[in-house]
Amino acid sequence: MKYFSLVWSALFRRKTRTLFTLLSIMAAFLLFGLLDSVRGAFANAGHSVVGASRLITISKVSFMFALPKSLYMRIQSVPGVAEVTYANWFGGIYQDPKNFFANEAVAPNFFDVYSEFKLPAGELRAFKETRTGAVVGASLAKRFHWKIGEQIPLEATIFPQNGGSNTWTFDLVGIYHVANRREESQEDAMFFHWKYFDEARAFGRGDVGWYIEKIGQPKEADRIAQAIDAISANSDHETKTQSEDAFQSSFVSQFADIGLIVGSIMGAVFFTLILLTGNTMAQAVRERIPELAILKTIGFPNRSVLALVLAESVLLLTLGGVAGLALAEFAVSVIRTRLGAQIPMLPVGLAIWLQGLALTVLIGLVVGALPARRGMRLRIVDALAGR
Amino acid sequence: MGALVEIRSLSKVYTRGRQKVEVLHHVDLDIAPGDFLALMGPSGSGKTTLLNLIGGLDSPTEGSIAVGGERIDRLGQSQLARWRASHVGFVFQFYNLLPMLSAARNVELPLLLTKLPAAKRKRHAAVALELVGLADRASHRPGELSGGQQQRVAIARAIVSDPTLLVCDEPTGDLDRQSAAEVLTLLQRLNRDHGKTIVMVTHDPKAAEYASHTLHLDKGSLVEPVEAAAQGAS
Ligand SMILES: Nc1ncnc2c1ncn2[C@@H]1O[C@H](COP(=O)(O)OP(=O)(O)OP(=O)(O)O)[C@@H](O)[C@H]1O
Ligand SMILES: [Mg+2]
Repeated sequence: MKYFSLVWSALFRRKTRTLFTLLSIMAAFLLFGLLDSVRGAFANAGHSVVGASRLITISKVSFMFALPKSLYMRIQSVPGVAEVTYANWFGGIYQDPKNFFANEAVAPNFFDVYSEFKLPAGELRAFKETRTGAVVGASLAKRFHWKIGEQIPLEATIFPQNGGSNTWTFDLVGIYHVANRREESQEDAMFFHWKYFDEARAFGRGDVGWYIEKIGQPKEADRIAQAIDAISANSDHETKTQSEDAFQSSFVSQFADIGLIVGSIMGAVFFTLILLTGNTMAQAVRERIPELAILKTIGFPNRSVLALVLAESVLLLTLGGVAGLALAEFAVSVIRTRLGAQIPMLPVGLAIWLQGLALTVLIGLVVGALPARRGMRLRIVDALAGR
Repeated sequence: MGALVEIRSLSKVYTRGRQKVEVLHHVDLDIAPGDFLALMGPSGSGKTTLLNLIGGLDSPTEGSIAVGGERIDRLGQSQLARWRASHVGFVFQFYNLLPMLSAARNVELPLLLTKLPAAKRKRHAAVALELVGLADRASHRPGELSGGQQQRVAIARAIVSDPTLLVCDEPTGDLDRQSAAEVLTLLQRLNRDHGKTIVMVTHDPKAAEYASHTLHLDKGSLVEPVEAAAQGAS
């Protein structure tokens, strides 16, 4: 600790240069905090607690292919399956394509299977009793200021009505919440009756998009999935059944490998950061050679000189890194309260902080290594003579 | 009592590429405890080289050098560092203070290597600054001090850990007459009142007058003053 003022004073020897370096480090770690929060949200999407106890059955060909409704009873009879429900992607648009949210036609027992969607008993009853009834998540209702009793028109993108109209009107009868705030993005959806949808649509009658099975024993998931897929083996609608976790991960990765994208961006950012701070440290040590020489003259051992330079480099990175991460935490909390579930982001939590701090120390050591070695190895008599 | 510094047949050879430059040739020299020795000689004669060897900043190519009975030519780098910390104080032409630290902090530097607690370190540093007459400048940075004052801070730093030996390489080389006289008087006082043994390299005969005696170095060998004077005349 007695060396701290030495390290600190060396760091701020060139105020402007240190300030700009600190700003770059801060920017890099701000980005790190933001991107990691997004990546975390996507990774999280595939790991709901109940996810392991549900299976999803889709067409083996593609998620976009429908399955016959007749499978319902046969899946129901597979041993180990506690309850079956089904859903169909609707893809309707509310007013403007920018207002995107998931909307699906679902079976009456959908909310029994998705028990984490908390719906008041009265609203659930109203949903079951209203042909054109719809239920939305709380954050979606908040986003469009919807109230129960309101009529919500959706423009169909895939399914026109058999009369030729593209506009489907639903009566809002219920608003659900998810208990876990980390899964807030799950509230960004709308559900209505498959029966109403099926009777009124122009084509594809009697088909459902996918089946969801609630199973008694998660550890039996593989066996049950095989039994379900065996039902349609060698038919024209072969199925693929997997756990909800696996399904969601593969669904997200259909669009992009978020982890890879975030990883590449951060790789490029940190590579640049290493070059930049490495240059700063090299310069800082070069112009301080006479000072380091005097420390060695006085009797500071080589390892102390090495430690001083490394400490300076780690301190530089840590100061910038902590500022960047703090800014990221602040920014994410603002984004989350302002935009809610529209942008899936995890709060900047302990894990990101620890990763970030570990990175500051690591980069600090990497960047300080060569200059520190140079300082340690300098020959006193040459340095004093300016050679 | 024997010599404090005993130098026997000391040689230093620098290798530049394939070329070898012998900077010191078999120098023999005894420095008694409490001596104030001035070392003079033309530029390039090896004064700094000899001083650096006495101060343990460099190791000789040949010969031996003992300080207080300890053969410092046999010490490794890290042992030398430890030895310097407790036995020698250094004063250079360009002061070599750390520009970001206050005078007091600069003086305190050598004490960071000891086990002294912070309060004691501060007190020792204050005493040393007092001794060089700069108690009122303790919180000033080197940039806020005159050359003569900076050199006195450097002297305070050199004596703060109470070494027996002070080595000074042209301590007044960068100072005006007045400041030079102050610094030399200070060195003289440290020698007379505090018993410091001082070896000082200088180009200035007036500075050498402050020392108790003067030796001349020429082309890497010590020469008699008469010889040197004769050479100077020729
Ligand atoms: N590290 C080194 N490598 C090569 N040559 C060196 C080295 N150090 C000193 N020399 C040479 O040794 C000779 C003596 O140098 P030294 O610095 O001891 O002289 P000096 O008497 O102190 O001179 P000045 O009065 O100019 O300071 C010079 O010729 C110098 O070039
Ligand atoms: Mg010299």
